[in-house]
Amino acid sequence: MTAPTTTPLLQRQLLFVTGKGGTGKSTVAAALAELAAARGLRTLVCEMDAKGALANAFEVGELGFAPRELRPGLFAMVMNTEDSLREYLRLFVRIPLIGRLGPLAHTFDFVADAAPGVKEILAVGKLCYEVRERHYDLVVVDAEASGHIVAQIDAPRAIRELVHVGMVREQTEWMLAILADPARTGVVVVTTPEEMPVTETVELVRSVQQSTPVDVAAVVANRMLPRWFDGAEQEVFDLVASPAAEPALAELAGAKVTTVLQAARLASARRVGAEQHLARLREQLPAGMAVVEVPEMFSRSGGRRVVSLAGEALGRVL
Amino acid sequence: MAAAAGAGRGSGPGSRAGSQAGSTGRMLAELLAAKEMVVVCGSGGTGKTTVAAALGAQVAATLGGKVLVLTVDPARRLATAMGLEQLGHSHVRVSDDALAAHRPAKRGRTAGATKHGAGGELWVAMLDTKAGWDELIERHAPDAAVRDRVLANPLYRNITGRFVNSHDYLAMEQLHELHASGRYDLVIIDTPPSRNALDLLDAPARMREFFGSRLLRWLTVPYRSRLFTFASKPFYQVADRVLGSRFLEDIAEFFVLFQTMEKGFVARAREVERLLSDEGTAFVVVTTAETAPLREARFLADALHRRGMPLGAVVLNRVLPGDIRQPSAGKAAGKLADAAADQRTVGKLAKTLAVDDPEVLAAVLARVADGFHDSAVVAAREAERRRELEAMAPLVAVVPALADDVHDLVGLARVGRELFR
Repeated sequence: MTAPTTTPLLQRQLLFVTGKGGTGKSTVAAALAELAAARGLRTLVCEMDAKGALANAFEVGELGFAPRELRPGLFAMVMNTEDSLREYLRLFVRIPLIGRLGPLAHTFDFVADAAPGVKEILAVGKLCYEVRERHYDLVVVDAEASGHIVAQIDAPRAIRELVHVGMVREQTEWMLAILADPARTGVVVVTTPEEMPVTETVELVRSVQQSTPVDVAAVVANRMLPRWFDGAEQEVFDLVASPAAEPALAELAGAKVTTVLQAARLASARRVGAEQHLARLREQLPAGMAVVEVPEMFSRSGGRRVVSLAGEALGRVL
Repeated sequence: MAAAAGAGRGSGPGSRAGSQAGSTGRMLAELLAAKEMVVVCGSGGTGKTTVAAALGAQVAATLGGKVLVLTVDPARRLATAMGLEQLGHSHVRVSDDALAAHRPAKRGRTAGATKHGAGGELWVAMLDTKAGWDELIERHAPDAAVRDRVLANPLYRNITGRFVNSHDYLAMEQLHELHASGRYDLVIIDTPPSRNALDLLDAPARMREFFGSRLLRWLTVPYRSRLFTFASKPFYQVADRVLGSRFLEDIAEFFVLFQTMEKGFVARAREVERLLSDEGTAFVVVTTAETAPLREARFLADALHRRGMPLGAVVLNRVLPGDIRQPSAGKAAGKLADAAADQRTVGKLAKTLAVDDPEVLAAVLARVADGFHDSAVVAAREAERRRELEAMAPLVAVVPALADDVHDLVGLARVGRELFR
């Protein structure tokens, strides 16, 4: 777990990107995948919760279980446990009655809905399978949000404890070998420099480290606001933004300079707040944990352009 | 949704983020005065908890009555500020002193304010899924033996944590319970972060359907009889091979116990379902002006409409002040940039403001002018999105961006006043 021996993010084969809702985990997952593909890695990016966030991030039509090549080397898919089960039964159980598979898989999906870990293992199993077969250099997972991610990545272990015999139990072995290997697999936690996301991120990192065998590879601080002023400048700004300075500035730039100053006060205060939250994040995370900053994109608040800007920002540090 | 269009239109872009000639605040106050249950929902990270708490406090302070805010996962400092130190079902009353900040400074400034302002009580509680499930089992179990066996079942905790979106169901169930208790005039519930917004709306129906489904019968077959029907045979053969029979038996035993509670659960789920389209209920969708939360808000509004569930209002949170969009402000920023580039002007200003280093002053002015364009582009985008929302929702209330997270009652009061402005 010491920093120097950590495998760099893009040299791993399976990355689970998670985070509190609203922090931009789909954008970061898409940006990571795009960056990897741009560097020549054959990359698969997979959305787990089928909300369509990945398709929105890339601004492509609906994505399905079958990976679609968005550009050379970049494939995207959406997880679907029913399709995953079908594939699993076809590959491993070799059921001859394909005609019967329809209703059978449907019923099985019902069971998977209710039984703990079954749905999760079908999803994680599919991802591990892609890694094991080396279909891709890197699989980036737009994983479940922080509330569900531990259950998701820990499914093979949970299943092994609950299921005492059967094929699934045997298969948890090789899945665990992939998941527990920090050279191959890592969790990336996305956060924003705000109170709740930071608190949740610290808790999530701890919980992933304590209750799962999966390595936390990095924390991404997304939408970091630009720094406005350094120490000396901040003092001068406080002077400039004080009511006493208003007449002099209004003389230079007109009465509406108050609005400009108001916007600056708000932006500067938010940056200061963001810095404090980021400092707390670094302080409370385990020593040596990589924290990668991705700046706020003012030009757009979602979609293709943000993904490409975020990819560029990640590319500068990864 | 067409019926709702236009209702929230105020007098056009106001000079402040929150103002539409005071009309949205009054309409929101009227809405809350007419409802008994408010479900606050929306994408994660949009400030649902803060809005729910601020609405509750504002209603208690200005409209009176006994108001409960049932929250799911508040930020520590906010929870502490409201007196919610520990998890659990206990209801905590927020002190009147704390509530005082919500009262209008000047009489009549806040819509719907009573003359005395006082009289309202704000209570807060935290949703505890685990305790909630245990209570449900206690209530619906036919006898103590079944109850104990369910609670002791190793799969119980695991299953209740996941199946049929139990958090969502439980939130709705608690809303029903609190409303039925008659203890409060208004119950505001802050909903759990869902994988899918629809899970929340459909949770009661899915709970009900679960008991009537073939699934439950399938699951309980191996426990009841080892003689499988012809139809179920292939399924169990595969399931046996894949999962192992013992696991199936564990599941089956649990569901057999669960089935004994069918009547109570189904009746209750039906009541909860009805409650969501009750005329005493209103949904408040919280969003920011960012792309993803807005998409979810639109989706939710549409889903509510299709289900005949009442969308009361949309709260557009963290919006920049409207002034920023004015061309004259952009011009001022431009002039400020020009001034910053001119040594003599900066030198003079430095003397006036008693700044030692003109170069630092020039850098600060340039930064202020330059940064304004970022704010302006965001504000312009927000204005457009606000118009889109107003065409879709009966009422759009706007809360301006604050410099810091809301983590105390003063901040909460500020949000509350903005909502009712």
